[in-house]
Amino acid sequence: MALTARIQKRYGNFLLDVDFSAGSGESLALLGASGCGKSVSLRCLAGIDRPDWGHIELDGQVLYDGQRHINLPPQQRRVGYLFQQYALFPHMTVEENIAVCLRQLPRSQRRQRAAELISQLRLEGTERLRPHQLSGGQQQRAALARILASDPAAILLDEPLAALDSCLKRQLEEELRDVLDAFGGPVIWVSHDRGEVYRSCRRVCVLDSGKSSPVTGFEELLTAPGTVSAARISGCEVFVPILPGPEAGTISIPSWNLVLPAPWREGASMLGVRPECVKPSADGFPCQIVRITEDISSVRLSLHPLGAARTAPLLQMELSKSEWTTLPNQKTIHVSIPAESLLLLRE
Amino acid sequence: MDWFPLYNSLRIAAISTVIVFFLGIAGAYYVARTPRLVKGLLDVVLTLPLVLPPTVVGYLLLLLLGPRRPLGSWFIERFGLRLTMQWWSAVFATTVVAFPLMYRTARGAFESFDETLAQAGRTLGLGNAYIFWRIRMPVCRQGILAGVVLTFARALGEYGATAMVAGYTPGRTATISTTVYQLWRTNEDALAFRWVAVNLAISAGVLLALNLLERKAVKPWH
Repeated sequence: MALTARIQKRYGNFLLDVDFSAGSGESLALLGASGCGKSVSLRCLAGIDRPDWGHIELDGQVLYDGQRHINLPPQQRRVGYLFQQYALFPHMTVEENIAVCLRQLPRSQRRQRAAELISQLRLEGTERLRPHQLSGGQQQRAALARILASDPAAILLDEPLAALDSCLKRQLEEELRDVLDAFGGPVIWVSHDRGEVYRSCRRVCVLDSGKSSPVTGFEELLTAPGTVSAARISGCEVFVPILPGPEAGTISIPSWNLVLPAPWREGASMLGVRPECVKPSADGFPCQIVRITEDISSVRLSLHPLGAARTAPLLQMELSKSEWTTLPNQKTIHVSIPAESLLLLRE
Repeated sequence: MDWFPLYNSLRIAAISTVIVFFLGIAGAYYVARTPRLVKGLLDVVLTLPLVLPPTVVGYLLLLLLGPRRPLGSWFIERFGLRLTMQWWSAVFATTVVAFPLMYRTARGAFESFDETLAQAGRTLGLGNAYIFWRIRMPVCRQGILAGVVLTFARALGEYGATAMVAGYTPGRTATISTTVYQLWRTNEDALAFRWVAVNLAISAGVLLALNLLERKAVKPWH
């Protein structure tokens, strides 16, 4: 493993406790809601913050070890950090921003390397501009060029697309992926947007109030998230308490007054349902349609299973527009959820 | 008209501005990163000369530097050097009185500095000295320049503490401000008025420079 981190740090009442690793050439997603400790984890990796305890290693070099009192300064870590707002030096031009990070090269090679990076990141024509004269995308590319100029062994991305307009996001996301593919070292990609990291990372580490879950594959996170917090960050919205059903191979959902076929999982206490997994089906269970929300390409139905307690959480169903138009106009609907889409979760 | 007071005032102000530049920036930089309790205390001590009457500052300086006082007597014994009543004695007075102006403006500038720039510099492998002089200082340059100009103006106009520490000896320690007082005291109105005019011209020039600086240096990247 090229980058491994196992660290703890206390900030007042907040305890950061993370354990993950990313291989060479791998992008690992660090996924979590805001305030869950994603950025602080990156700060500890980069050496900006000092953990209380733990071990950080990059390509066999120990960057931090609590027991052996090793704590390399950021300058010696070779960890590139793409800040959320890019942190370009405002008083320097794009070229100068890149050139200051090339000071380890002999003077004669600096100009050439800067020119290479400028063309690699398609910054031609912006060399003499100041950061405030650049578009959001150009700022990001300039910040990436500067990081690459410093010759890092690993790159950390802190919500790299959060500061951009949504219309730019997709294109920049693809460009960012190209740059990272060419980079070849381990990358930690921090985000709260599952879609963004799903497209760019194969493995994911979910962070919930400072605590990291074991690193898993993305598919596994979607099909078997294990815990309520992991399910929530992976896009699951509805959670109801469950009990083992009356017969083997069933689960009981008291607040919806339902028994569904699904193998029981030891330790489970909640059921999670993804809106897109709920399907209209004549032999399903009947629900009252409480609310219909039309989105751009889909329709969202909020459903109240018939016989459910009045205060029970609503079941959410998401249909494509075409599925929606084939349905008759009605007050109730029969729906089913495939057994493999029922997520049995621990709290 | 003997131009010595002008020359003396300018060199005193220039020397103390250089000293205060470094002291004020160091003070601002370190106070900005001390724990809150210490910060409050240090801030009071470092700002005090701004609100104390200059005569009180002069008195306190004489308690330290006077010929029969600890530091003053030590210098006389050791080097045969009297620390008071020299032309450069006024530098002690102007440095102390002008220090808070530099310190406070620089601190304000440092506090509004985006710390992620320094952090980014460190992760990019830049040394701490480079980050301080080539990133923090240029980004904060507007506040720092304002501090320099205010310091110079204040040092140039200092009277109370200067009069006590350096006295008034024509051709040796006389500054514009002490000269004006002396001329007024001896009823030489015409000459006093000329020095007043000189002082007004310099002060107006300095303030004009400050305004121009502010307009020009309004962070061009904003």
